[in-house]
Amino acid sequence: MGKEKDEDAPKRQAIRAQIDENLKRVYTSALNEELPDRFRELLMQLKAKEAEKGGGKP
Amino acid sequence: MTDEPAVIDPRDRLAGAIPRLRAFAISLARDVTQADDLVQDTILKAWSNMDKFDPRTNLDAWLFTILRNTFYSALRKTRREVQDTDGVHAASLSEKPAHDSRLAFQDFQRAFDLLSPEHREVLILVGASGFSCEEASEMMGVAIGTVKSRASRARKRLAELLNLAEGEDLFSGTDGATQAVVLRSAIAV
Repeated sequence: MGKEKDEDAPKRQAIRAQIDENLKRVYTSALNEELPDRFRELLMQLKAKEAEKGGGKP
Repeated sequence: MTDEPAVIDPRDRLAGAIPRLRAFAISLARDVTQADDLVQDTILKAWSNMDKFDPRTNLDAWLFTILRNTFYSALRKTRREVQDTDGVHAASLSEKPAHDSRLAFQDFQRAFDLLSPEHREVLILVGASGFSCEEASEMMGVAIGTVKSRASRARKRLAELLNLAEGEDLFSGTDGATQAVVLRSAIAV
């Protein structure tokens, strides 16, 4: 039917693809941020506390 | 001390999940300091509630849910802060400038920052981190239809902010060079 629609559809798809590609980059660039040590330390503290409680597993 | 348990304690899987959890936090909060606090709170909550986690389900989804709930309850208390921070958080993220022929990533980040957290969340969950709409609906506590319509509104808003009108007024706001780049790379894919 409308030729205009046929012409727009690939453009819309292209925009969508661009957006999704960039969204992945936003997430990936956040993923590539260097992890601060505080989380590893926190987990170690939590584990140590758990071990102190004795028995380890409930 | 018995070594090699048959099932890995989910607590031991926490460390491995932290990078993804933090990436979600950064995407949501757009501020690394706030994101790290969120991750810290989430680890603490997850640790003490680990008995409520069903190991047959997705640990990431469970952690993301705790994190986003923590984020939104804090946000409800300090809604004002968000409005004042547009753009600043982008600068606090180390980023690689886009030298390739893609839509300038910095522009994209700026536009992304201007979205509401709800829009950022849905786009990251379903668009970037690979969750299904069904998983996202469980995490967000809304119907699947809501996830889909929110994602579509968020994409539309993003396109508006980038001056990529989804329709006839295509690329009208961008300059010629950007248009060409956007079109070329979009079509080349």
